[in-house]
Amino acid sequence: MTSTEVHPASEPARWVYLDRIRTRPGPSTNPDVFSPEAAAAAMETMKILVIGAGGLGCEILKNLALSGFKDIHVIDMDTIDISNLNRQFLFRQADVGKYKAEVAARFVEKRVKGIKITPHNCKIQDFDEDFYMQFQLVVCGLDSIEARRWINATLVNMVDEDVEDSYKPLIDGGTEGFKGQARVIIPTITSCIECQLDMHAPRAAVPLCTLASIPRQPEHCIEWAHLIAWDQEKPFPQLDKDDPEHITWLYQKALERAAEFNIPGVTYSLTQGVVKNIIPAIAATNSVIAAACCNEALKIASNCAPALGFPEANYMMYSGNDSIYTYTFKHEKKDDCPVCGQLARNMDVDPTWTLRELVDSFAARPEAQLKKPSVRAEGRTLYMQSPPSLEAQTRPNLDRTLVELGLEEGQEIAVTDPAFATVTFKFKLKFKQ
Amino acid sequence: MTEIVMSQTPPILHGPSEKERKYDRQLRLWAASGQAALESANILLVNSGAGTVGAETLKNLVLPGIGRFAIYDEAQVEEADLGVNFFLDDSCLGKSRSQSLRDLITELNPDVQGTWYPNEGVKTLESLLADSPVFTAIIYTHPIRLDQLSQLKAYGQQHKTPLVAVHSAGFYSYFQINLPGAFPIVDTHPDETATTDLRLLTPWPELVAFAEGLTKDIGGLDNFEHGHLPYVVILLHYLEQWKAAHDGKYPTTYKEKTEFRKVVQDAARTGNPEGGEENFDEAAAAVLKTLVPPSLPSGLKEVFEYEHSDPVEQRSGFWLIADAVKQFYEKHQCLPLPGKLPDMKAQSKVYIQLQGIYKAKARKDAAEILQMVQAAPGGERVDPAEVDLFCKNAAFVKLINATGGGGSSSSSKISRADRLKSAAALEFANDETAAFTLAPLSLLPIYLALQATAHAVDKPLNADGILAVVAEQAPGAEQNERVVQAAQEVARAAGGELHNVSALTGGMVAQELIKIVTKQYIPIDNTCVYDGIVARCQVLRL
Ligand SMILES: [Zn+2]
Repeated sequence: MTSTEVHPASEPARWVYLDRIRTRPGPSTNPDVFSPEAAAAAMETMKILVIGAGGLGCEILKNLALSGFKDIHVIDMDTIDISNLNRQFLFRQADVGKYKAEVAARFVEKRVKGIKITPHNCKIQDFDEDFYMQFQLVVCGLDSIEARRWINATLVNMVDEDVEDSYKPLIDGGTEGFKGQARVIIPTITSCIECQLDMHAPRAAVPLCTLASIPRQPEHCIEWAHLIAWDQEKPFPQLDKDDPEHITWLYQKALERAAEFNIPGVTYSLTQGVVKNIIPAIAATNSVIAAACCNEALKIASNCAPALGFPEANYMMYSGNDSIYTYTFKHEKKDDCPVCGQLARNMDVDPTWTLRELVDSFAARPEAQLKKPSVRAEGRTLYMQSPPSLEAQTRPNLDRTLVELGLEEGQEIAVTDPAFATVTFKFKLKFKQ
Repeated sequence: MTEIVMSQTPPILHGPSEKERKYDRQLRLWAASGQAALESANILLVNSGAGTVGAETLKNLVLPGIGRFAIYDEAQVEEADLGVNFFLDDSCLGKSRSQSLRDLITELNPDVQGTWYPNEGVKTLESLLADSPVFTAIIYTHPIRLDQLSQLKAYGQQHKTPLVAVHSAGFYSYFQINLPGAFPIVDTHPDETATTDLRLLTPWPELVAFAEGLTKDIGGLDNFEHGHLPYVVILLHYLEQWKAAHDGKYPTTYKEKTEFRKVVQDAARTGNPEGGEENFDEAAAAVLKTLVPPSLPSGLKEVFEYEHSDPVEQRSGFWLIADAVKQFYEKHQCLPLPGKLPDMKAQSKVYIQLQGIYKAKARKDAAEILQMVQAAPGGERVDPAEVDLFCKNAAFVKLINATGGGGSSSSSKISRADRLKSAAALEFANDETAAFTLAPLSLLPIYLALQATAHAVDKPLNADGILAVVAEQAPGAEQNERVVQAAQEVARAAGGELHNVSALTGGMVAQELIKIVTKQYIPIDNTCVYDGIVARCQVLRL
């Protein structure tokens, strides 16, 4: 699909630096795949999707626009908040409250002539495979693991071995403070985001009894206010973590709790950080990671130099806390990956557990991280989260032990979660002695 | 023993200010002190060449709120700029590049002041340097004219200003930081897990008494109390027992420590409803990590052994405190206690008491050091808060550029040219064995090839031209196959930048400048080379 308003070939002077690289091979360019004439032409018509128009997303849009991509789509459901302005450089004070995707797309289109950016102010889950099929490349700059897992599973599912176009390379970036990572995933060919899930283990939750009776840290007081006091007192119908009034209420409660136990250190900022699980973020790190991702996009699209994932290293870790350190390596594909592998994944369980204990354990397991799991075993439904009738029917099973339910060592169970509708997670039970 | 943490009157609730909200995500990294340092900084960018890497660096400094910046750039905006630089648009064509960049970059943050040169009043770099207030740091991009480079170097030496050279071309880049002297950092932000310092092998009387009080009838405690003994107390109790059975000696070898760990594990009650005790699990898990005798970390050792050549530097707050900490260490054979207690299973009241004991000891140590500081000439001017910070971070204090600084001693005068030659010999020797050691290949070839074009202002060099310059700077290196390839790759770009590589490099340079300006985290020492083909960096001392 070529759009008529795109005519960069008429501006060779403008793209002279890029074309020196795109149209002339270097010593590392693979002559079997590189064609000097084809590279730039292919990028003219290529459709590329950007997921996220936040800290990474703003950088990614700028970088792709200046890397010769002409037809860019961007998805983000969020609106602009004042705390975005220290790094999301396409937004100004006057844009607060507007859709990120919309404002970012208009800004870059206006700044870089001859490119088209189509914004989608919605969730990635609002689109189906037909939508994703139109793109040749996907670049992801998200802060949510869940959204990453969803798009990963979707792209893996779309692969049809007989159709070359059904392989959509996914380039993913993430940052935290001075650190970050960039990775390239070729669905079903390289290790996928689900294969790498244990590299992003969830933070260990504080036991409820600590919160309820023996708090020691300011975070314990804040979590108490958040998880216990709020539910007891319901000061507002629904907790809105972006509403300062709600955060102030939690802060006040946490302070009272801290005073009761003589615990120092509860602040408004900490309250907000704990409740919203805020990850520190700066422009400089976003700049590094987004550019690392887009550099791979340029290499994949033009073949002007070998890209990550083809086939050796596929992952670059970056750390700027202590000097600068990068580690670029090959993350191996896992045969027992629930998304791209064939085998069930081993799971250590205690046979004396109740089904409830098993179900609750999925959220914290680094290899699972499922919040609303439904469980089946050999065609039998053990527990379903929905619909309500089925939930009620299977609820009694929750209080029975695994042994009572007839589960055996080595047995496979199938787990589904509404967050990843297309995936069935297969686990093989390993009983603890 | 517990600290009074709150007054009787309820604390005043105040939400964050507008500025705190805007900068929230970064204040969590460098706090108000770092932000204040950023806001008082004044950065000069001397922009030349294709000019994008400088603009990207500035973007990443303006967004977090650097105080002021100035751009010196003699170029007029051309078509080629618009294909690579995001902070220029069609309306800028033919205009002064520095003015256009200033306009579109200051737009990013209304708190930041920017100026541009050359202009009507200030026509040359020389007059800019002569007439401006002192710059906090100067960034210059390659290729740069030799006369301008020597003006910058002279300025850097005279005003002790850090200089950062940045070079981005095609898939390659590097940047090099030239600090005016030894650069100490106290607030290095080590990983939280590394900072636990419990002094279990050298407990002080208050800690011993507290532990004894809780464990004197350990067998008679009910299950709740037993299951909530803090692991620090558990370890102190069984260490005493161990000593009594081992001629008063602590477990020191790995074998003894694993034996001791078994003792602790076996002491857990298993007949309770939970079938075990979490606090004893925590105690057992902490044995190998926490039963370590006090030692002097290498970073601080370097600080203690540093020989001053600059008397002004020697009387600075940092060095006066470092001298006092050294005295303290010689006297007590340990560093001041940082005083932080990690979270552990315990009853609230007991934990807070224990936390109070660690904090009180930390305050006592800090007070002793403050006294030593104040006894030294000039010490009365030192801010006690600076002493506190040093004491909390003593084990992680770091000295950057220790040998390159100080301004005089003969060893620091090893010329950059000689350092480059020896680095080349070392790196190429490592590469010979890389196939066996699986170490990544050196990126020095990229540095050599780029550096050869550092002053190619008028016309880009071809690969042969690049290798000819390399041959002068590191004789023999021009024969190295990877250097030849790097020269070809640099020639391919012919001085042009790729936006991604410049954005990535601008991000790294901005991170480094933030570290230098805030004196937090640890900057590179001193050259970082990036290869966008293999997606990797290497830091070299050149
Ligand atoms: Zn996978």
